[in-house]
Amino acid sequence: MSAFLEAFRAALISLAGHRMRSFLTTLGILIGTASVIAVVSLMQGFSDSIKNQFSNLGGNALTLRAVNDNENFQTGKLNTITFDDVDVLRYRLQGVKEVAPIMVVNAAGASYNGRTALPQVQATTADYSAVNNRYPEFGRFLVDSDDKGHRRVAVIGTELRDNLKMPENPVGEYFTIGGEWFKVVGVMEKQGEILGFSQDNYAVIPFDVGRAMMGNNTDHNIAATFTVDGLDQVAAVRDRAKRAIRQSRGIPAGKDDDFKIEAADSFLKQFSEITATATAVLAGIVGISLLVGGIGIMNIMLVSVTERTREIGILKALGATRRDILIQFLLEAGLLALLGGLIGIALGFAIAFTVTALVPGMPQASVPLWAVFSAAGFSALVGVVFGIMPASKAAGLDPIEALRYE
Amino acid sequence: MIVLSSIVKRYAMGDEIVMALAGVDLFIDRNEYVALIGPSGSGKSTLMNLLGCLDSPTEGTYMLNGRDTSGMNDNELAQVRNREIGFVFQSFHLLPRMTVLQNVMQPLVYRGIPSEERRRLATESLAKVGLGDRMGHLPNQLSGGQRQRVAVARALVGSPSILLADEPTGNLDSRTSAEIMALFDALHAQGQTVVVVTHEPDIAAHCHRTIRVNDGLIVEDTRRIAPAGTH
Repeated sequence: MSAFLEAFRAALISLAGHRMRSFLTTLGILIGTASVIAVVSLMQGFSDSIKNQFSNLGGNALTLRAVNDNENFQTGKLNTITFDDVDVLRYRLQGVKEVAPIMVVNAAGASYNGRTALPQVQATTADYSAVNNRYPEFGRFLVDSDDKGHRRVAVIGTELRDNLKMPENPVGEYFTIGGEWFKVVGVMEKQGEILGFSQDNYAVIPFDVGRAMMGNNTDHNIAATFTVDGLDQVAAVRDRAKRAIRQSRGIPAGKDDDFKIEAADSFLKQFSEITATATAVLAGIVGISLLVGGIGIMNIMLVSVTERTREIGILKALGATRRDILIQFLLEAGLLALLGGLIGIALGFAIAFTVTALVPGMPQASVPLWAVFSAAGFSALVGVVFGIMPASKAAGLDPIEALRYE
Repeated sequence: MIVLSSIVKRYAMGDEIVMALAGVDLFIDRNEYVALIGPSGSGKSTLMNLLGCLDSPTEGTYMLNGRDTSGMNDNELAQVRNREIGFVFQSFHLLPRMTVLQNVMQPLVYRGIPSEERRRLATESLAKVGLGDRMGHLPNQLSGGQRQRVAVARALVGSPSILLADEPTGNLDSRTSAEIMALFDALHAQGQTVVVVTHEPDIAAHCHRTIRVNDGLIVEDTRRIAPAGTH
C-alpha cells in the first residue's frame, strides 16, 4: 500500500513537472468528457421535463386503444375502438370515474376570416380536462351538456388561435372546422413544444359532434383514457373493462384481444426507450473520442519513457522491480487521463448550464450522477489501458543499458 | 562476503560474440576496501555490473553473503540490489525532480518501509555525509561534491553489505575528490565493505586491496594493508 502511495506521489511529481505537456496530452480526454457531460445533462433536463408533463396524467389513468398486427396493415382491415366500446366504458362499467375518449377527426381544416389552418381536431368529452390535467386559459372547457346537446362549440389551443389571427381572447368568435361552423368557448393553456413540435395547434370539440361529423365512416381512430376511482382499484377495473370490451366486440373465447388497456405511463416507457437509444449512440461517439484521447496519451507516454530511460535505470539500480516501474507509469497515465476527465466534467457542467441560461425555453439541465462517475471512471480506465504499452516498455528496460542512456 | 567462481560473461555484439569475462575467481571479505582497476574494454565494468547484480553471468556462480545469485530472475535481483548493494555512480544519478530527502528515501520505498521510518533513516544517512541542512533542496541546487554525497547517503540508507562506487570522483575536481574519498575512508573505518571502480591510481591508493582486470581476467591482486579486524 505504501509503495502504491509512493508511486502515486511519483506520478504526480512527474505530471507537475510537465504541466503544459500534461494538459495538452489529456486535452482529447478533456474534450470528450466535456461534450458527453454537456449533452447528457441537457438531454436529462429535457427528459425530466417531459416526464413531468406525462406525470400529470396521473397513476390512476388507463388508456384503451386498438391493436393491429402486420397482417391488418397489409390487408387494410384495421381494428378500431368503436363508439360501442366507448359507451361500455362510459355507461356500463363500475369503478370508472371519468372517461375521456379522444377521436381524431380527419381532414378537418379550420378557417376564420379567410385565414386557414390545419389543427389536430380531437373530439372528446368534458372529462378530458380532468383526466389529462389540462385547463382553459380563457373561457371554459367542454361541459356534459355540450355533448348531450350536440352543441357546435370548440375549445382551441393557443397556436391555432394565433395561426388564425383571432383576438387574444377569442371566446365568442365563430370559425369553421371541415366546413361546419363552431363557436369558440375557451382557449387552453399553452403546452409548449415537445421535440420541436407545437402541442398547441389543436381544437377540441364535443365527442358526439365529432361522431356526427364522421358519419358512418368506420375508419376512425379512437383512444379512450379513463380514470379509476382509487389507485388500488386500477387492476380490478382494468380486468373488468377487458372482459366487458371483449364481450362488446364479440371476441370469442380463446382468441387474442385486438385492443389494449395500458397505463398512461407506457408513454413514458416509450420515451425512455428513445432516450436510451440516444444515450447509446452518444456513448459510441464518446467511446471514439476517448479512444483518440487514449492514443494521444499512449504517444506522449512512449516519448516520456524514452526521455526518462536513465531515471528508470536509476530506479532499477536502487531496487525497483518490473512491477514497481509498471505501476508507476500506469498510475501516471491513469492519473493524466483522470485529471483530463475531471476537468472535462467541470467544463461539461459549465457548458450545459450556460446553454440552459442562454437559450430561452430550454429545460433546466440536470447532470445524472452515473454520468459523472462513469465519465471519470472511463477516462481513468482509458489512461491505464493505453498506458500498458509504454509502462511495460519502461518496466522491461535493461538496467545497464538504461543507466548508460544519454 | 563475495565469492565469485569461474565467472564467464559473453555477449553478442552484432554478429560477434564478445568474451567480456573469461573465467574470474574472486573472494572479497566483509569490510574490505577494494579498488577495481583496468583499462576500458578490460571487463572491469562487466565485473562491476555482475557484482552489483545488474547483470547475471553466462557461466559460473556468484555467492553473495551465502546466497547464489547466478540463477536469480529479474525480481529477485532487484531485491538483492535493494538490500545488499549501495550504488554510487560517476554522474551522481540523482532523480532531478525529487528533493535531496526524497532521493535518499527512494530505495526504502521498494522495501515497503513506512514513510516516517524512511524519513528518519534518510535524515540519519544525510547527517552521516554532512548534508543534514540540505534536505529540502533539489539536486540542481547543489554542487557536484554535495550531489555525490547525497548519492552516498542514498547508497547507505538501506545499510547495504557492499558500497559499490563506479568512478565516484570522475566528475569532480581534485579537492572535492579528496573529500569524497575521505568519506569512503571513514565509512570503511566504520566497518563498511567498499568496492571502488576507478582508473585513477591516486584513488586506488586509498584502498587496501587493488584488483587489476585485463582482457576479461584478473591479472593482479595486491593487498597493501591487512583487512580491518585482522590488524
